[in-house]
Amino acid sequence: MKISVADVEHVAQLARLELSEDEKSLFAGQMGAILGYVEKLKELNTEGILPTFHAVPMENAFREDLACPSIGVAKALANAPDRVESFYRVPKIIE
Amino acid sequence: MDICDLSIHELHRKLKSKEVSSVEATRAMLSRIETVEPRIGSFITVTHEQALADAEAADKRIAAGEMDVLTGIPLALKDIFLTEGVRTTCGSRILKDFVPPYSATAYEKLKEQGVVLLGKLNQDEFAMGSSNESSAFGITRNPWDTNRIPGGSSGGSAAAVAARLATATLGTDTGGSIRQPASHCGCVGLKPTYGRVSRYGVIAYASSLDQVGPLTRNVTDSAILLGALAGHDPKDSTSVNTPVPDYCAALTGDVKGLRIGLPTEYFIAGLDRDVQAAMNSAIATYRSLGAEFVDITLPHTDYAVATYYLIATAEASSNLARYDGVRFGHRAADAANLLDMYVKSRSQGFGAEVKRRIMLGTYALSSGYYDAYYVKAQKVRTLIMQDFTMAFAGVDVILTPVAPTPAFKIGEKVNDPLQMYLSDIFTIPVNLAGTCALSVPAGFSASGLPIGLQLIGKPFGEETVLRAAHAFEQATEWHTRKAVI
Repeated sequence: MKISVADVEHVAQLARLELSEDEKSLFAGQMGAILGYVEKLKELNTEGILPTFHAVPMENAFREDLACPSIGVAKALANAPDRVESFYRVPKIIE
Repeated sequence: MDICDLSIHELHRKLKSKEVSSVEATRAMLSRIETVEPRIGSFITVTHEQALADAEAADKRIAAGEMDVLTGIPLALKDIFLTEGVRTTCGSRILKDFVPPYSATAYEKLKEQGVVLLGKLNQDEFAMGSSNESSAFGITRNPWDTNRIPGGSSGGSAAAVAARLATATLGTDTGGSIRQPASHCGCVGLKPTYGRVSRYGVIAYASSLDQVGPLTRNVTDSAILLGALAGHDPKDSTSVNTPVPDYCAALTGDVKGLRIGLPTEYFIAGLDRDVQAAMNSAIATYRSLGAEFVDITLPHTDYAVATYYLIATAEASSNLARYDGVRFGHRAADAANLLDMYVKSRSQGFGAEVKRRIMLGTYALSSGYYDAYYVKAQKVRTLIMQDFTMAFAGVDVILTPVAPTPAFKIGEKVNDPLQMYLSDIFTIPVNLAGTCALSVPAGFSASGLPIGLQLIGKPFGEETVLRAAHAFEQATEWHTRKAVI
Protein backbone atom coordinates (compact mmCIF):
# COMPACT_ATOMS: atom_id res chain seq x y z
CA MET A 1 0.00 0.00 0.00
CA LYS A 2 1.28 3.43 -0.96
CA ILE A 3 1.43 6.10 1.75
CA SER A 4 2.69 9.45 0.50
CA VAL A 5 4.63 12.08 2.41
CA ALA A 6 1.50 14.24 2.15
CA ASP A 7 -0.53 11.47 3.86
CA VAL A 8 2.06 11.32 6.62
CA GLU A 9 1.93 15.09 7.06
CA HIS A 10 -1.88 15.01 7.31
CA VAL A 11 -1.88 12.24 9.95
CA ALA A 12 0.95 13.92 11.89
CA GLN A 13 -1.10 17.09 12.02
CA LEU A 14 -4.11 15.14 13.40
CA ALA A 15 -1.84 13.45 15.98
CA ARG A 16 -0.23 16.75 17.00
CA LEU A 17 3.21 15.59 15.94
CA GLU A 18 5.90 17.41 14.03
CA LEU A 19 8.18 15.17 11.96
CA SER A 20 11.50 15.91 10.30
CA GLU A 21 11.80 15.41 6.53
CA ASP A 22 13.76 12.21 7.20
CA GLU A 23 11.09 10.90 9.58
CA LYS A 24 8.36 11.70 7.05
CA SER A 25 9.88 9.61 4.29
CA LEU A 26 10.85 6.83 6.72
CA PHE A 27 7.30 6.67 8.16
CA ALA A 28 5.75 6.81 4.68
CA GLY A 29 7.63 3.64 3.73
CA GLN A 30 7.09 1.83 7.04
CA MET A 31 3.41 2.75 7.36
CA GLY A 32 2.90 1.66 3.77
CA ALA A 33 4.42 -1.74 4.55
CA ILE A 34 2.42 -2.20 7.77
CA LEU A 35 -0.88 -1.04 6.24
CA GLY A 36 -0.17 -3.27 3.25
CA TYR A 37 0.18 -6.18 5.65
CA VAL A 38 -3.09 -5.42 7.48
CA GLU A 39 -4.91 -5.43 4.13
CA LYS A 40 -5.09 -9.19 4.62
CA LEU A 41 -8.05 -8.66 6.96
CA LYS A 42 -10.06 -7.94 3.80
CA GLU A 43 -9.77 -11.64 2.92
CA LEU A 44 -12.23 -12.37 5.72
CA ASN A 45 -15.97 -12.06 5.32
CA THR A 46 -17.15 -10.28 8.47
CA GLU A 47 -20.70 -9.59 7.38
CA GLY A 48 -23.05 -10.02 10.32
CA ILE A 49 -20.17 -10.28 12.81
CA LEU A 50 -20.44 -7.89 15.75
CA PRO A 51 -17.31 -5.93 16.65
CA THR A 52 -15.62 -6.67 20.01
CA PHE A 53 -14.69 -3.56 21.97
CA HIS A 54 -13.79 -5.38 25.17
CA ALA A 55 -12.77 -8.95 25.93
CA VAL A 56 -15.00 -9.15 28.99
CA PRO A 57 -18.60 -8.28 28.26
CA MET A 58 -19.76 -5.72 30.79
CA GLU A 59 -22.41 -3.12 31.31
CA ASN A 60 -21.84 0.21 32.98
CA ALA A 61 -20.16 -0.19 36.37
CA PHE A 62 -22.09 1.95 38.80
CA ARG A 63 -21.15 2.86 42.35
CA GLU A 64 -22.75 4.84 45.12
CA ASP A 65 -22.38 8.58 44.62
CA LEU A 66 -20.33 9.20 47.74
CA ALA A 67 -17.72 11.87 48.34
CA CYS A 68 -14.25 10.34 48.82
CA PRO A 69 -10.93 11.97 49.65
CA SER A 70 -8.97 13.13 46.59
CA ILE A 71 -5.27 13.80 46.19
CA GLY A 72 -5.67 17.56 46.66
CA VAL A 73 -4.37 20.60 44.81
CA ALA A 74 -0.75 20.50 45.98
CA LYS A 75 -0.16 16.91 44.82
CA ALA A 76 -2.18 17.37 41.65
CA LEU A 77 -0.05 20.37 40.69
CA ALA A 78 3.27 18.92 41.82
CA ASN A 79 4.16 17.82 38.28
CA ALA A 80 2.86 20.91 36.51
CA PRO A 81 5.42 22.24 34.02
CA ASP A 82 4.16 25.76 34.73
CA ARG A 83 1.64 26.99 37.30
CA VAL A 84 0.25 30.03 38.96
CA GLU A 85 -1.44 29.75 42.36
CA SER A 86 -3.70 26.69 42.04
CA PHE A 87 -3.82 26.72 38.22
CA TYR A 88 -1.88 25.26 35.33
CA ARG A 89 -0.42 28.03 33.19
CA VAL A 90 -0.40 27.61 29.39
CA PRO A 91 0.36 29.95 26.48
CA LYS A 92 -2.38 32.42 25.64
CA ILE A 93 -5.28 30.70 23.84
CA ILE A 94 -7.42 33.63 22.68
CA GLU A 95 -5.52 36.40 20.93
CA MET B 1 23.65 -20.39 49.69
CA ASP B 2 23.35 -17.10 47.77
CA ILE B 3 20.32 -15.13 48.96
CA CYS B 4 19.96 -13.62 45.48
CA ASP B 5 19.29 -17.07 44.00
CA LEU B 6 16.29 -17.77 46.23
CA SER B 7 12.72 -17.68 45.00
CA ILE B 8 9.89 -16.03 46.92
CA HIS B 9 8.76 -19.14 48.74
CA GLU B 10 12.34 -20.18 49.58
CA LEU B 11 13.25 -16.74 50.91
CA HIS B 12 9.93 -16.56 52.79
CA ARG B 13 10.84 -19.75 54.66
CA LYS B 14 14.25 -18.35 55.65
CA LEU B 15 12.76 -15.02 56.73
CA LYS B 16 10.16 -16.84 58.78
CA SER B 17 12.74 -19.04 60.53
CA LYS B 18 14.89 -15.91 61.11
CA GLU B 19 17.77 -17.58 59.27
CA VAL B 20 17.93 -14.45 57.11
CA SER B 21 16.59 -10.94 57.72
CA SER B 22 14.93 -8.80 55.09
CA VAL B 23 17.70 -6.21 55.53
CA GLU B 24 20.32 -8.89 54.79
CA ALA B 25 18.41 -10.09 51.73
CA THR B 26 17.91 -6.52 50.52
CA ARG B 27 21.58 -5.60 51.02
CA ALA B 28 22.60 -8.72 49.09
CA MET B 29 20.33 -7.72 46.20
CA LEU B 30 21.51 -4.09 46.20
CA SER B 31 25.15 -5.13 46.15
CA ARG B 32 24.50 -7.59 43.30
CA ILE B 33 22.66 -4.82 41.44
CA GLU B 34 25.74 -2.63 41.88
CA THR B 35 28.10 -5.21 40.34
CA VAL B 36 25.89 -6.93 37.73
CA GLU B 37 23.40 -4.28 36.62
CA PRO B 38 25.90 -2.23 34.52
CA ARG B 39 26.19 -5.25 32.19
CA ILE B 40 22.40 -5.73 31.92
CA GLY B 41 20.61 -2.37 32.03
CA SER B 42 17.46 -3.76 33.60
CA PHE B 43 16.79 -0.86 36.00
CA ILE B 44 15.83 2.72 35.22
CA THR B 45 15.78 3.70 38.91
CA VAL B 46 17.25 1.84 41.90
CA THR B 47 15.46 2.90 45.10
CA HIS B 48 18.38 2.14 47.40
CA GLU B 49 17.24 4.09 50.46
CA GLN B 50 13.59 3.15 50.22
CA ALA B 51 14.54 -0.52 49.83
CA LEU B 52 16.48 -0.49 53.09
CA ALA B 53 13.69 1.40 54.90
CA ASP B 54 11.12 -1.10 53.54
CA ALA B 55 13.33 -3.97 54.70
CA GLU B 56 13.70 -2.57 58.21
CA ALA B 57 9.93 -2.15 58.46
CA ALA B 58 9.48 -5.73 57.20
CA ASP B 59 11.90 -7.10 59.79
CA LYS B 60 9.92 -5.36 62.55
CA ARG B 61 6.75 -6.86 61.18
CA ILE B 62 8.32 -10.32 61.08
CA ALA B 63 9.60 -9.91 64.66
CA ALA B 64 6.07 -8.96 65.74
CA GLY B 65 4.74 -12.15 64.16
CA GLU B 66 2.63 -10.29 61.60
CA MET B 67 4.16 -11.84 58.54
CA ASP B 68 2.52 -12.37 55.16
CA VAL B 69 4.01 -14.49 52.39
CA LEU B 70 5.49 -11.42 50.66
CA THR B 71 6.70 -9.59 53.78
CA GLY B 72 10.34 -8.60 53.37
CA ILE B 73 10.67 -9.98 49.82
CA PRO B 74 12.77 -7.69 47.55
CA LEU B 75 10.80 -7.01 44.36
CA ALA B 76 11.08 -4.58 41.47
CA LEU B 77 8.40 -3.14 39.19
CA LYS B 78 8.31 -2.31 35.51
CA ASP B 79 8.50 1.48 35.24
CA ILE B 80 4.90 1.54 33.98
CA PHE B 81 3.47 1.17 37.53
CA LEU B 82 2.87 4.45 39.34
CA THR B 83 4.81 4.57 42.60
CA GLU B 84 4.00 7.56 44.80
CA GLY B 85 7.13 9.63 45.39
CA VAL B 86 9.31 7.44 43.13
CA ARG B 87 9.99 8.66 39.60
CA THR B 88 7.98 6.74 36.98
CA THR B 89 9.05 7.17 33.35
CA CYS B 90 7.37 4.41 31.32
CA GLY B 91 10.68 4.31 29.44
CA SER B 92 9.93 7.69 27.87
CA ARG B 93 11.68 11.03 27.71
CA ILE B 94 8.26 12.69 28.00
CA LEU B 95 7.99 11.38 31.61
CA LYS B 96 11.68 11.54 32.53
CA ASP B 97 11.02 13.72 35.61
CA PHE B 98 7.53 12.50 36.48
CA VAL B 99 6.99 11.68 40.17
CA PRO B 100 3.49 10.22 40.60
CA PRO B 101 1.17 11.62 43.29
CA TYR B 102 -0.35 8.16 43.95
CA SER B 103 0.48 4.47 43.48
CA ALA B 104 -0.95 1.73 41.28
CA THR B 105 -3.34 -0.66 43.04
CA ALA B 106 -1.01 -3.56 42.16
CA TYR B 107 1.82 -1.88 44.10
CA GLU B 108 -0.52 -0.89 46.96
CA LYS B 109 -1.51 -4.54 47.36
CA LEU B 110 2.13 -5.63 47.54
CA LYS B 111 2.89 -2.83 50.00
CA GLU B 112 0.09 -4.02 52.28
CA GLN B 113 2.01 -7.29 52.58
CA GLY B 114 5.25 -5.41 53.35
CA VAL B 115 7.36 -6.02 50.24
CA VAL B 116 10.69 -4.28 49.64
CA LEU B 117 10.85 -2.06 46.53
CA LEU B 118 14.30 -2.36 44.90
CA GLY B 119 13.48 -0.07 42.01
CA LYS B 120 11.81 0.50 38.69
CA LEU B 121 12.63 -1.58 35.66
CA ASN B 122 13.54 -0.77 32.11
CA GLN B 123 11.00 -1.35 29.34
CA ASP B 124 10.16 -0.42 25.80
CA GLU B 125 8.84 3.14 25.69
CA PHE B 126 5.15 3.07 26.73
CA ALA B 127 5.37 -0.76 26.50
CA MET B 128 5.59 -0.53 22.71
CA GLY B 129 8.15 -3.04 21.55
CA SER B 130 9.33 -6.63 21.64
CA SER B 131 13.02 -6.08 22.41
CA ASN B 132 13.45 -3.28 25.00
CA GLU B 133 15.35 -1.33 22.35
CA SER B 134 12.81 1.51 22.27
CA SER B 135 13.49 2.66 25.87
CA ALA B 136 14.69 6.25 26.20
CA PHE B 137 16.96 5.03 29.02
CA GLY B 138 19.15 2.65 27.05
CA ILE B 139 18.80 -0.95 25.99
CA THR B 140 18.54 -3.99 28.26
CA ARG B 141 20.75 -7.01 27.58
CA ASN B 142 19.76 -10.67 27.87
CA PRO B 143 21.61 -12.23 30.86
CA TRP B 144 22.03 -15.48 28.88
CA ASP B 145 23.84 -13.71 26.03
CA THR B 146 24.48 -9.99 26.40
CA ASN B 147 24.59 -9.51 22.61
CA ARG B 148 20.93 -10.42 22.49
CA ILE B 149 17.68 -8.70 23.42
CA PRO B 150 15.81 -9.80 26.57
CA GLY B 151 12.45 -9.47 24.80
CA GLY B 152 9.94 -6.76 25.50
CA SER B 153 8.22 -4.78 26.51
CA SER B 154 8.77 -6.07 30.07
CA GLY B 155 12.40 -6.81 29.14
CA GLY B 156 13.87 -5.26 32.28
CA SER B 157 11.43 -7.28 34.43
CA ALA B 158 12.54 -10.57 32.83
CA ALA B 159 16.26 -9.73 32.72
CA ALA B 160 16.25 -8.71 36.41
CA VAL B 161 14.76 -12.07 37.41
CA ALA B 162 17.18 -14.02 35.19
CA ALA B 163 20.21 -12.06 36.46
CA ARG B 164 18.99 -12.51 40.08
CA LEU B 165 18.67 -8.75 40.65
CA ALA B 166 15.23 -9.11 42.26
CA THR B 167 13.44 -12.08 43.80
CA ALA B 168 10.54 -11.46 41.41
CA THR B 169 9.16 -8.60 39.33
CA LEU B 170 5.94 -7.27 37.87
CA GLY B 171 5.33 -6.54 34.22
CA THR B 172 2.45 -5.80 31.89
CA ASP B 173 1.30 -7.71 28.82
CA THR B 174 -0.60 -6.10 25.93
CA GLY B 175 0.50 -8.39 23.09
CA GLY B 176 2.96 -10.73 24.80
CA SER B 177 5.03 -8.28 26.84
CA ILE B 178 5.29 -10.58 29.89
CA ARG B 179 5.38 -13.99 28.18
CA GLN B 180 7.85 -13.25 25.37
CA PRO B 181 10.59 -11.75 27.63
CA ALA B 182 9.96 -14.53 30.18
CA SER B 183 10.54 -17.06 27.40
CA HIS B 184 13.70 -15.31 26.18
CA CYS B 185 15.15 -14.96 29.69
CA GLY B 186 14.17 -18.35 31.09
CA CYS B 187 11.68 -17.29 33.74
CA VAL B 188 7.99 -17.87 34.41
CA GLY B 189 5.73 -15.10 33.09
CA LEU B 190 1.97 -15.02 33.63
CA LYS B 191 -0.57 -12.88 31.80
CA PRO B 192 -3.79 -13.19 33.79
CA THR B 193 -7.25 -12.95 32.24
CA TYR B 194 -8.29 -9.41 31.32
CA GLY B 195 -10.00 -7.96 34.40
CA ARG B 196 -8.35 -10.34 36.89
CA VAL B 197 -5.85 -7.70 38.12
CA SER B 198 -6.55 -3.97 38.51
CA ARG B 199 -5.01 -1.66 35.93
CA TYR B 200 -5.47 1.41 38.15
CA GLY B 201 -2.25 3.41 38.17
CA VAL B 202 -0.71 1.41 35.33
CA ILE B 203 0.20 3.78 32.51
CA ALA B 204 -2.16 2.93 29.66
CA TYR B 205 -1.03 1.68 26.25
CA ALA B 206 -4.03 -0.22 24.79
CA SER B 207 -6.72 -0.31 27.46
CA SER B 208 -8.78 -3.22 26.12
CA LEU B 209 -5.66 -5.45 26.02
CA ASP B 210 -3.32 -4.33 28.86
CA GLN B 211 -2.99 -6.67 31.84
CA VAL B 212 -0.66 -6.83 34.88
CA GLY B 213 1.24 -10.00 35.80
CA PRO B 214 4.26 -11.47 37.59
CA LEU B 215 7.67 -12.62 36.29
CA THR B 216 9.18 -15.18 38.63
CA ARG B 217 11.75 -17.96 39.03
CA ASN B 218 9.13 -20.69 39.25
CA VAL B 219 5.42 -21.43 39.02
CA THR B 220 4.83 -21.45 42.79
CA ASP B 221 6.02 -17.83 42.97
CA SER B 222 3.71 -16.97 40.08
CA ALA B 223 0.76 -18.42 42.00
CA ILE B 224 1.78 -16.53 45.15
CA LEU B 225 1.99 -13.18 43.34
CA LEU B 226 -1.21 -13.69 41.36
CA GLY B 227 -3.01 -14.40 44.62
CA ALA B 228 -1.69 -11.12 46.02
CA LEU B 229 -2.58 -9.07 42.94
CA ALA B 230 -5.94 -10.48 41.82
CA GLY B 231 -9.31 -9.09 42.77
CA HIS B 232 -11.84 -6.41 42.09
CA ASP B 233 -10.76 -2.80 42.45
CA PRO B 234 -13.42 -0.09 42.64
CA LYS B 235 -10.87 2.22 40.98
CA ASP B 236 -10.78 0.05 37.82
CA SER B 237 -14.29 -0.47 36.47
CA THR B 238 -12.99 -3.18 34.10
CA SER B 239 -11.64 -5.30 36.96
CA VAL B 240 -13.94 -8.24 37.48
CA ASN B 241 -15.72 -9.00 40.73
CA THR B 242 -15.28 -12.76 40.92
CA PRO B 243 -13.77 -14.58 43.92
CA VAL B 244 -9.99 -15.05 43.99
CA PRO B 245 -9.19 -18.74 44.40
CA ASP B 246 -6.22 -20.10 46.35
CA TYR B 247 -3.82 -20.43 43.42
CA CYS B 248 -1.17 -22.26 45.47
CA ALA B 249 -3.72 -24.93 46.38
CA ALA B 250 -4.12 -25.57 42.63
CA LEU B 251 -0.51 -26.78 42.37
CA THR B 252 -1.27 -30.45 42.93
CA GLY B 253 1.27 -31.84 40.46
CA ASP B 254 -1.50 -33.94 38.94
CA VAL B 255 -2.26 -33.59 35.21
CA LYS B 256 -3.65 -37.08 34.67
CA GLY B 257 -6.47 -36.87 32.15
CA LEU B 258 -5.83 -33.17 31.48
CA ARG B 259 -6.86 -32.48 27.87
CA ILE B 260 -4.20 -30.37 26.16
CA GLY B 261 -4.96 -28.84 22.76
CA LEU B 262 -2.30 -28.49 20.06
CA PRO B 263 -3.35 -25.87 17.50
CA THR B 264 -2.10 -26.73 14.01
CA GLU B 265 -1.72 -23.03 13.18
CA TYR B 266 1.03 -22.61 15.82
CA PHE B 267 3.25 -25.43 14.63
CA ILE B 268 4.20 -23.87 11.34
CA ALA B 269 6.96 -24.70 8.89
CA GLY B 270 9.00 -21.59 9.75
CA LEU B 271 9.26 -22.52 13.43
CA ASP B 272 12.86 -22.52 14.70
CA ARG B 273 14.21 -26.08 14.92
CA ASP B 274 15.26 -25.78 18.58
CA VAL B 275 11.86 -24.33 19.51
CA GLN B 276 10.13 -27.22 17.73
CA ALA B 277 12.36 -29.72 19.53
CA ALA B 278 11.55 -28.16 22.92
CA MET B 279 7.81 -28.38 22.13
CA ASN B 280 8.13 -32.05 21.11
CA SER B 281 9.97 -32.88 24.29
CA ALA B 282 7.38 -30.99 26.39
CA ILE B 283 4.58 -32.95 24.73
CA ALA B 284 6.40 -36.20 25.57
CA THR B 285 6.79 -35.05 29.19
CA TYR B 286 3.09 -34.29 29.52
CA ARG B 287 2.20 -37.64 27.93
CA SER B 288 4.36 -39.42 30.49
CA LEU B 289 2.47 -37.54 33.23
CA GLY B 290 -0.83 -38.86 31.92
CA ALA B 291 -2.11 -35.82 30.02
CA GLU B 292 -4.03 -36.35 26.77
CA PHE B 293 -3.39 -34.43 23.56
CA VAL B 294 -6.07 -33.23 21.19
CA ASP B 295 -5.41 -31.65 17.79
CA ILE B 296 -7.35 -28.41 17.57
CA THR B 297 -7.65 -25.53 15.16
CA LEU B 298 -7.61 -21.77 15.77
CA PRO B 299 -8.35 -20.80 12.18
CA HIS B 300 -7.98 -17.01 12.46
CA THR B 301 -4.51 -17.08 14.04
CA ASP B 302 -2.89 -15.74 10.88
CA TYR B 303 -4.98 -12.54 11.16
CA ALA B 304 -4.12 -11.76 14.79
CA VAL B 305 -1.04 -9.59 14.24
CA ALA B 306 -2.85 -7.40 11.70
CA THR B 307 -5.86 -7.10 14.03
CA TYR B 308 -3.65 -6.24 16.99
CA TYR B 309 -1.67 -3.54 15.21
CA LEU B 310 -4.90 -1.74 14.31
CA ILE B 311 -6.66 -2.05 17.67
CA ALA B 312 -3.60 -1.47 19.88
CA THR B 313 -2.37 1.52 17.90
CA ALA B 314 -5.85 3.07 17.74
CA GLU B 315 -6.22 2.77 21.52
CA ALA B 316 -2.66 4.06 21.99
CA SER B 317 -3.23 7.12 19.84
CA SER B 318 -6.19 7.99 22.06
CA ASN B 319 -4.49 7.14 25.39
CA LEU B 320 -1.32 9.07 24.55
CA ALA B 321 -3.24 12.21 23.63
CA ARG B 322 -2.94 13.13 27.33
CA TYR B 323 0.76 13.91 26.91
CA ASP B 324 0.35 17.49 25.80
CA GLY B 325 2.70 19.36 28.13
CA VAL B 326 -0.14 20.92 30.15
CA ARG B 327 -0.47 19.03 33.44
CA PHE B 328 2.61 16.80 33.74
CA GLY B 329 5.47 15.50 31.66
CA HIS B 330 7.76 17.33 29.29
CA ARG B 331 6.76 20.79 28.03
CA ALA B 332 8.66 22.36 25.14
CA ALA B 333 10.31 25.61 26.18
CA ASP B 334 10.02 27.58 22.98
CA ALA B 335 6.34 27.31 22.02
CA ALA B 336 4.76 30.20 20.12
CA ASN B 337 1.18 29.30 21.12
CA LEU B 338 -0.88 26.51 22.69
CA LEU B 339 -1.06 24.29 19.60
CA ASP B 340 2.66 24.74 19.05
CA MET B 341 3.23 23.73 22.68
CA TYR B 342 1.29 20.47 22.18
CA VAL B 343 3.10 19.65 18.96
CA LYS B 344 6.60 20.50 20.16
CA SER B 345 6.21 18.86 23.59
CA ARG B 346 4.98 15.62 22.03
CA SER B 347 7.51 15.61 19.22
CA GLN B 348 10.42 16.20 21.58
CA GLY B 349 9.13 13.78 24.22
CA PHE B 350 8.16 10.69 22.22
CA GLY B 351 10.60 8.28 20.57
CA ALA B 352 10.33 6.85 17.05
CA GLU B 353 8.34 3.68 17.84
CA VAL B 354 5.77 5.58 19.90
CA LYS B 355 5.37 8.17 17.13
CA ARG B 356 5.01 5.39 14.56
CA ARG B 357 2.24 3.69 16.55
CA ILE B 358 0.41 6.96 17.29
CA MET B 359 0.55 7.68 13.54
CA LEU B 360 -0.80 4.23 12.64
CA GLY B 361 -3.58 4.47 15.21
CA THR B 362 -4.52 7.98 14.17
CA TYR B 363 -4.65 6.82 10.55
CA ALA B 364 -6.85 3.82 11.45
CA LEU B 365 -9.27 6.08 13.32
CA SER B 366 -9.27 8.93 10.81
CA SER B 367 -12.21 9.93 8.68
CA GLY B 368 -12.71 7.61 5.73
CA TYR B 369 -10.64 4.75 7.21
CA TYR B 370 -12.44 4.09 10.50
CA ASP B 371 -14.77 1.37 9.13
CA ALA B 372 -12.21 -0.17 6.79
CA TYR B 373 -9.53 -0.54 9.45
CA TYR B 374 -10.69 -0.08 13.04
CA VAL B 375 -14.19 -1.58 12.88
CA LYS B 376 -12.97 -4.35 10.57
CA ALA B 377 -10.25 -5.25 13.10
CA GLN B 378 -12.81 -5.34 15.92
CA LYS B 379 -14.95 -7.75 13.91
CA VAL B 380 -11.96 -10.00 13.28
CA ARG B 381 -11.25 -9.80 17.01
CA THR B 382 -14.69 -11.40 17.52
CA LEU B 383 -13.70 -14.24 15.16
CA ILE B 384 -10.42 -14.77 17.05
CA MET B 385 -12.30 -14.93 20.38
CA GLN B 386 -14.75 -17.43 18.90
CA ASP B 387 -11.81 -19.61 17.81
CA PHE B 388 -10.76 -19.92 21.46
CA THR B 389 -14.31 -20.47 22.74
CA MET B 390 -14.79 -23.33 20.30
CA ALA B 391 -11.37 -24.85 21.03
CA PHE B 392 -11.94 -24.75 24.78
CA ALA B 393 -15.16 -26.73 24.39
CA GLY B 394 -12.93 -29.77 23.90
CA VAL B 395 -9.73 -29.05 25.86
CA ASP B 396 -8.67 -27.73 29.28
CA VAL B 397 -5.55 -25.92 28.18
CA ILE B 398 -3.71 -25.14 24.92
CA LEU B 399 0.02 -25.73 24.45
CA THR B 400 2.05 -23.61 22.00
CA PRO B 401 5.48 -22.02 21.63
CA VAL B 402 5.76 -18.51 23.13
CA ALA B 403 7.90 -17.09 20.32
CA PRO B 404 8.88 -18.50 16.91
CA THR B 405 12.62 -18.17 17.72
CA PRO B 406 14.85 -17.75 20.79
CA ALA B 407 16.06 -14.21 21.62
CA PHE B 408 17.32 -12.36 18.55
CA LYS B 409 20.41 -10.15 18.35
CA ILE B 410 20.42 -6.52 19.49
CA GLY B 411 19.78 -4.34 16.44
CA GLU B 412 18.58 -7.23 14.28
CA LYS B 413 15.01 -5.98 13.80
CA VAL B 414 15.11 -2.27 14.73
CA ASN B 415 14.91 -1.08 11.14
CA ASP B 416 12.05 -3.36 10.14
CA PRO B 417 9.04 -2.74 12.42
CA LEU B 418 6.86 -5.27 10.59
CA GLN B 419 9.34 -8.09 11.26
CA MET B 420 9.50 -6.99 14.90
CA TYR B 421 5.68 -7.08 15.11
CA LEU B 422 5.56 -10.58 13.62
CA SER B 423 7.74 -11.93 16.44
CA ASP B 424 4.63 -11.65 18.66
CA ILE B 425 2.53 -13.91 16.46
CA PHE B 426 1.91 -16.61 19.14
CA THR B 427 1.21 -14.29 22.08
CA ILE B 428 -1.05 -11.65 20.52
CA PRO B 429 -4.17 -13.84 20.02
CA VAL B 430 -4.44 -14.38 23.80
CA ASN B 431 -4.68 -10.63 24.46
CA LEU B 432 -7.28 -10.21 21.74
CA ALA B 433 -9.32 -13.04 23.28
CA GLY B 434 -8.77 -11.57 26.76
CA THR B 435 -7.90 -14.91 28.28
CA CYS B 436 -4.93 -16.05 30.41
CA ALA B 437 -1.60 -17.65 29.45
CA LEU B 438 1.75 -18.42 30.97
CA SER B 439 5.31 -18.96 29.75
CA VAL B 440 7.35 -21.62 31.53
CA PRO B 441 10.98 -22.65 30.74
CA ALA B 442 10.95 -25.69 28.44
CA GLY B 443 14.47 -26.05 27.10
CA PHE B 444 17.46 -24.34 25.55
CA SER B 445 18.64 -23.73 22.00
CA ALA B 446 21.88 -25.27 20.73
CA SER B 447 23.59 -21.98 21.58
CA GLY B 448 22.26 -21.99 25.16
CA LEU B 449 19.32 -19.58 24.87
CA PRO B 450 16.17 -20.28 26.91
CA ILE B 451 13.00 -21.43 25.16
CA GLY B 452 9.58 -21.00 26.78
CA LEU B 453 6.43 -23.02 26.48
CA GLN B 454 3.06 -21.24 26.41
CA LEU B 455 0.04 -22.68 28.19
CA ILE B 456 -3.18 -20.87 27.33
CA GLY B 457 -6.17 -21.23 29.65
CA LYS B 458 -9.88 -20.47 29.55
CA PRO B 459 -10.96 -17.04 30.80
CA PHE B 460 -10.31 -17.09 34.59
CA GLY B 461 -8.70 -20.51 34.16
CA GLU B 462 -5.45 -19.48 35.87
CA GLU B 463 -5.65 -22.40 38.31
CA THR B 464 -5.55 -24.96 35.48
CA VAL B 465 -2.73 -23.14 33.68
CA LEU B 466 -0.67 -22.89 36.90
CA ARG B 467 -1.34 -26.54 37.76
CA ALA B 468 -0.25 -27.69 34.29
CA ALA B 469 2.87 -25.50 34.37
CA HIS B 470 3.76 -26.61 37.89
CA ALA B 471 3.48 -30.31 36.98
CA PHE B 472 5.79 -29.71 34.01
CA GLU B 473 8.24 -27.82 36.21
CA GLN B 474 8.27 -30.69 38.72
CA ALA B 475 9.08 -33.14 35.93
CA THR B 476 11.87 -31.07 34.31
CA GLU B 477 14.93 -29.15 35.43
CA TRP B 478 14.94 -26.25 32.96
CA HIS B 479 13.90 -23.71 35.60
CA THR B 480 16.87 -24.61 37.81
CA ARG B 481 19.50 -23.46 35.27
CA LYS B 482 21.02 -20.08 35.94
CA ALA B 483 22.41 -17.49 33.56
CA VAL B 484 26.12 -17.02 34.22
CA ILE B 485 26.57 -13.28 34.63
